[in-house]
Amino acid sequence: MVWQMLIAIGILASAVLAIISKRLLVSAIWLALTSALTALMIYLLGAPQIAVIELSVGAGLVTVLFVFAINIAGEEPIEIRSLVSKPVAWVLLVVAAGLAIYMLLPTLGLVPTTSPDIATASILWNQRYLDILLQIAIFFSGVLGVLGLLSDGKPRVAGEEEEQHAA
Amino acid sequence: MQLNITTITLVAILGLAAIAFYGLLISRNMIKLVVALQILVKGAILAFILAGNIQAPVTSASTSQAVTYGAISDAQTLALTIIVADTIVAVLGLAFAVQIRRRFGTLDIKALTTLKR
Repeated sequence: MVWQMLIAIGILASAVLAIISKRLLVSAIWLALTSALTALMIYLLGAPQIAVIELSVGAGLVTVLFVFAINIAGEEPIEIRSLVSKPVAWVLLVVAAGLAIYMLLPTLGLVPTTSPDIATASILWNQRYLDILLQIAIFFSGVLGVLGLLSDGKPRVAGEEEEQHAA
Repeated sequence: MQLNITTITLVAILGLAAIAFYGLLISRNMIKLVVALQILVKGAILAFILAGNIQAPVTSASTSQAVTYGAISDAQTLALTIIVADTIVAVLGLAFAVQIRRRFGTLDIKALTTLKR
C-alpha cells in the first residue's frame, strides 16, 4: 500500500513540475517521469502488457518526439499573461474537482465482481478487431498528417524537370 | 473511506485531470499545451485500467499481497487504443507547433490569429 501511495504522489508531483517548469525541455523530462510512474501504477493494477506499452511509447517515443520538436522549434518561454487569469482557473478547477469527487464517491463502495478469465490477446484479436482496424487507420492518418505538415516544398509535377532542363 | 489501491488510483486520476486542466487553462505555449494534454490522457488511461481492475480483479497466486494481476477485460484494449490515439495527437500537435513556429515565429497561441481586430 505504501508503494502505491508513493507512486501516486510521484505521479502528481512530476505532473505539477511538468506544467510549472519554465523550460520546455525540463517539462518534457518531467512528463517522461510521469509516464514511467503511470506505467508502474498500471502494472500494479494488473495490466502488465499495457504498462510495457505505456512505458515504451509514453516515456520513450513521445519524449524523443518532444525533444526533437523542441530542438527544431526552440525554447520560447512565454511570460505574458495567460488567456484565463489564475484565480479564475483555480475556481474552475475546484468546481470541476468537486463535481468529479461528488460523482465518484458512490462508486468507492463498489463490490468487485468476477468475470471469466479470458486472455487479453484473445479479446484484442477476436472480439476487438474493429479497434485494431481503428488503430491502423489512426496510425496511417497520423503519419500522413505529419508528412503533410512537415513538407516544405511544392509537390513536383511530372515533366517539370524536363521543362527546367529545356529552359 | 477505506484506503486501498482503488482509492489511491482515483485520487491520482483526479489529480492528473486537475493538473492538466489547470495547465490547459493557463498556458499559452503550444508545446506546453501538448504536455498538458498528455497528462490528461495519462489520467484517462489510468481510469480505464482501474475500471477493468474493479470489474475483474484477479489476485496473484505467487504473492500474498493484495496486488492484482491480470485484470482482464475490454478496458485494457480500450486503454491500448487510447495510447495509440494519444501518441498520434502528440505527434500531430508537435508537427503543428513546428510549422507554426516556422511561419509565425512564435509558439504563443494568441499570436496565431491572422484576423483583424
